[in-house]
Amino acid sequence: MKKLTEIKGIKKFVALLLTFVIVQLLLSFNILNDYIMATIATICINIILAVSLNLITGFTGQFSLGHAGFMSIGAYTCAIIIMRYPSLPGFIIGLFLGAILAALLGFVVGLPTLRLRGDYLAIATLGLAEIIRIIFLNLEITNGAAGLFIEVQYTNWLWLFIFTAGTVILITNFINSSHGRACISIREDEIAAEAMGINTTKYKVVAFVFGAFCAGIAGALYSSYFYYIKPDLFGFLKSIDILVIVVLGGLGSISGSILAAFVLAVISSLLQSFPEVRMVIYSVLLIVIMLFRPQGIMGSKELSLSMFNKLGSIGSIFGRRNGGGR
Amino acid sequence: MEQFLQQIVNGISLGSIYALIALGYTMVYGIIKLINFAHGDIYMLGAYIGYFCMTSFGLGILPSLLIAMTVCTFLGIAIERIAYKPLRNAARIAVLITAIGVSLFLEYGTMFFVKADVRSYPPLKGILTRSFNIGGIVVTAQQILIVCITIILMAFLQFIVKRTRTGKAMRAVSLDRDAAELMGINVDNTISFTFALGSALAGAAGILVGIYYNSINPLMGILPGLKAFVAAVFGGIGIIPGAMIGGYFIGTIEVMVAGYGNSMYKDAVVFAILILILIVKPSGLLGKETKEKV
Repeated sequence: MKKLTEIKGIKKFVALLLTFVIVQLLLSFNILNDYIMATIATICINIILAVSLNLITGFTGQFSLGHAGFMSIGAYTCAIIIMRYPSLPGFIIGLFLGAILAALLGFVVGLPTLRLRGDYLAIATLGLAEIIRIIFLNLEITNGAAGLFIEVQYTNWLWLFIFTAGTVILITNFINSSHGRACISIREDEIAAEAMGINTTKYKVVAFVFGAFCAGIAGALYSSYFYYIKPDLFGFLKSIDILVIVVLGGLGSISGSILAAFVLAVISSLLQSFPEVRMVIYSVLLIVIMLFRPQGIMGSKELSLSMFNKLGSIGSIFGRRNGGGR
Repeated sequence: MEQFLQQIVNGISLGSIYALIALGYTMVYGIIKLINFAHGDIYMLGAYIGYFCMTSFGLGILPSLLIAMTVCTFLGIAIERIAYKPLRNAARIAVLITAIGVSLFLEYGTMFFVKADVRSYPPLKGILTRSFNIGGIVVTAQQILIVCITIILMAFLQFIVKRTRTGKAMRAVSLDRDAAELMGINVDNTISFTFALGSALAGAAGILVGIYYNSINPLMGILPGLKAFVAAVFGGIGIIPGAMIGGYFIGTIEVMVAGYGNSMYKDAVVFAILILILIVKPSGLLGKETKEKV
């Protein structure tokens, strides 16, 4: 049994390494142009954001609409530090400082608001993100609505890969630990979880702070890849974007979030040539997907090799759904 | 003191608009527990319909108001039937995402047809351009118009909810949907009717915003929509008088912050109040504490 899991771990490691090496080679031989690389960066950042929001919303069941707020803290902290100390250590320090600040705010705000349930928490987090945005809009150091220009690009494929893979692995391991199961039990039934002796407040705050930390990292990567940040980039719509990835992939499915980040990036780059109807088509797609598959692409399942063997049974599920009416 | 009273007058006219939008949020939330994000965009459409009635067809304010309300009513029903009804028994987050989808669709659909630029509302004519000076406080006819229309609509709404059979059905469904269905109430029709009422009020609010701010654009629904929702939560979501009080409160606060403090921070203050309210009394001003039963 132990041997089997070891082999599985090695397989995953090799797959990760191959992904890295292939993209790196394509980049070094200039086969991937800047546009494709920007799309890859967007996908990586969205994966970090979606997976960390999935931890909060999908696994712990706490509905957050303010993820972009934490992202903006990471982005601004990193940008300000890079502008003062334009060097690689500056970037790394800015990145972690941004993530830590985001986590700290998550802790301070999460402690009182996580007592709220369902929609109320969603509204409180939405309000928080709006407050953060308005503060950045008015501060001197963030240069208000005009935003900040970062002259040097430190985020490259190496850092994107390290942090994306790192976040996914950390969160997957967290979920598969006893702490993660405590979080899942809160999602399933908070009262029952409390009755079983789980400190629900503690685990909700842990998930929230962890999610905020990762969002801070994503923001820092964003600011030093795309050169330019402004408060409006991290508004209500950005939070919605992240939530859409999570729900589209399936609440409670890490591989679903990753898949959905890819799918949405592909859709949005396909629609790039029709700027007027882009958002209209995007919104119609969103409605249609929700109407016909409200549980998202993956439901709460994870993508695995054994799934492909079961394709036949998935076909029968679709058959049942279409026959089933309400 | 005069300045303070002046701010109160301004706050009440802005608050009227928030109250009208908040009513739609609160009724829909009360009946199907959905934050209808598309509500803010229905009000944006109301503003555009009013705009075209006034500029293209040269109609007066009241006919335009009625047309905008009627169109928004049907739009509200259509949205509910197409996007929300099939998800009646799905997870709430799926319905919420659908609501966000509808909201984006309305925003960018409108942008596709009327283009993204800001349009200025047709100026008012005749007596409506006048303003009255009452003991140093300036009250414009426009503000009086906004407050009067709001009060008439609210009285009408109270009448429907409290005195008619459909209103009784609405209250029954929001109290307990299953029990209401067992008593022979047509739940689907009642929910549609709630959307119709809320959307009609939003349509009216749209025109009033057009008059108040003098400019409209396809994305104007987002922020006032969110603030109206804050108003609904403040008063106790699902409670109709709560939404009215919340609307007036948020409107007044916003005007006060803009008048005495920094107008850049007015939205931040509104959201900070929201978070405070949620932490101190999550059920809102008029809401009752509900104990969770196992």
